[in-house]
Amino acid sequence: MTLSAQIGLQLGTLDLEVELDVQAGELLALLGPNGAGKSTVLRCLAGLAPIDTGSIVIDGLVVDDPATDTLVEAEDRPIGFVFQNYLLFDHMSVLENVAFGLRARKTQKSDARRTARDWLDRVGLTEYADQRPRALSGGQAQRVALARALATSPRLLLLDEPLAALDAGTRASVRRDLRRHLETFDGMRLLVTHDPVDAYALADRVAILDAGRVVQVGTLAEVTAHPRSRYVADLVGVNLVAGNVVDGVLANASGAHVVIADALPGPSFAMIRPHSVALFRHTVDGSSARNTWSGTITDIDRLGDRVRVGIEGQLPLTAEITVAALDALGLRPGDGITASVKATDIEVYPS
Amino acid sequence: MSSRHRGRRSALPAPVLALAIVAIAFFALPLVGLLWRAPWSSAWSYLTDDGALTALRLSVVCSLWATGLSIVFGVPLAWLLARVEFRGRGAVRALCTLSMVLPPVVGGVALFFALGRRGLVGQYLDRWFDVRLPFTTAGVVVAQTFVAMPFLVITVEASLRQMDTRFEDASRTLGASRWYTFRRVTVPAIGPALGAGAVLAWARALGEFGATITFAGNFPGKTQTMPLAVYLSLQTNPEEAILLSILMIVISFTVLLGLRDRWLGRVDRPMGAFGV
Repeated sequence: MTLSAQIGLQLGTLDLEVELDVQAGELLALLGPNGAGKSTVLRCLAGLAPIDTGSIVIDGLVVDDPATDTLVEAEDRPIGFVFQNYLLFDHMSVLENVAFGLRARKTQKSDARRTARDWLDRVGLTEYADQRPRALSGGQAQRVALARALATSPRLLLLDEPLAALDAGTRASVRRDLRRHLETFDGMRLLVTHDPVDAYALADRVAILDAGRVVQVGTLAEVTAHPRSRYVADLVGVNLVAGNVVDGVLANASGAHVVIADALPGPSFAMIRPHSVALFRHTVDGSSARNTWSGTITDIDRLGDRVRVGIEGQLPLTAEITVAALDALGLRPGDGITASVKATDIEVYPS
Repeated sequence: MSSRHRGRRSALPAPVLALAIVAIAFFALPLVGLLWRAPWSSAWSYLTDDGALTALRLSVVCSLWATGLSIVFGVPLAWLLARVEFRGRGAVRALCTLSMVLPPVVGGVALFFALGRRGLVGQYLDRWFDVRLPFTTAGVVVAQTFVAMPFLVITVEASLRQMDTRFEDASRTLGASRWYTFRRVTVPAIGPALGAGAVLAWARALGEFGATITFAGNFPGKTQTMPLAVYLSLQTNPEEAILLSILMIVISFTVLLGLRDRWLGRVDRPMGAFGV
């Protein structure tokens, strides 16, 4: 039981070129900024958007392959889909919503209702069976949407931002519930989210999607330990410089140089933690730090007793210093500044 | 409280209020005029008269048939216009709603040359199926459907365009075919608009005169609907015409009053579900 998908699709300004694999019993989170194409990937897998190139194979069944002109309709794919905002049918009772998929597949009405009732039991909403969906809270609506999607026994469950429609107050408890219910489903699960907290709490592995490309796959710990995209670097809060290493110096596309300690030559990422960046009012002479860059302060954000200083220049950087240091230097936005980092504080890994 | 009420009422500019009152009077006065001239003492005998009852029954039956046909053919047409992009869609829409702006008599003439015994299609209906539409009750239904269906089509089309199509996506991912989705998700979602469109189409069919008299003629018991009976009796027996007119007004007014809040008031909300 695996999902293997190579998705190529041009849709307006979105240029999607994605390769994904989900193993049996695994929950993969597709994490990325808005507009990266996450929801479109789900639509392709569900059969709501045909792909231009590539192929989608669910559990050995080829559901989309333009090369051989194969396209299995959405209703014939072994999938369940939990939509953002849940999309419960408001002209039916909660029970009829859960029974809908079975009825659509020509299951006897009484059998469909019995199965639907079992599912409502499982998600703890038996007493809402005869209510209209509009009577439900956001968390309850999500459970009904999950029960509705799982009632047809899909092999692949797709979840599109299942927590985004909830307010911050209930999100944590609904997330815990969702985790519990997802653990009881032994098929493949693919979750789309823009919130790393969801991915951390629910997923076995994450795939980072940025501008239509999967830029990184792994456990969340692996992904955040060595960011390979601006998106993940921002998420973790580190500086990331992509470039080419020649003779212990990494040069990026705009010509900035980063001196590094012992790294192999070739295309690499250099990760600079903000607290490794030291700031000076004037150019420094005779320092042990191998790197000094001059720039201009763009913004100063206080986070408790630490301060994040954004610097624009040949190498855009974020530095983290103490409030005391900020006061001593008297820094303000627009000031010229010299930033310095020791080569040994920079982590380098091949890209 | 009372001063705040006064304040709110005066927020409406006086000229607007005055013009609105003139408009209301414009609609109310003809009604009052009819009631004023109605021969109330002989009302019962006129209204229970065989001719009047026959015309009334024919009107109700034909207008309901026309409404039914408008729904059966109009909803798929509205769906096509709302959801399928094809070349010349604008032209097709204009063609299908043309009879709203066309003088009904012109519509009747056109129907005659299309479906009459010597008409473009009518000659084959006659020759092959022995079906003749002009001057028959079925012809009345055809004429009424011709002028009434566009009201349903434009109402339903607007609602289909507004509807959140992701509900249909959700239905498909649950294993529902396109047809099942259309019946169980799309149609219920546009229910209020469908109801409103059906009422409008029915009202238009009930009042139809020009196309009916041109295409179906004016035979009592066969093609003479209420509007035709009113027009005819106006020349021979004005008192009867007045009473028949009042009867039509009462029927239409009651239906509009009864259905307005239920259907017309909710057209703007096709499927209001959680969190959308």
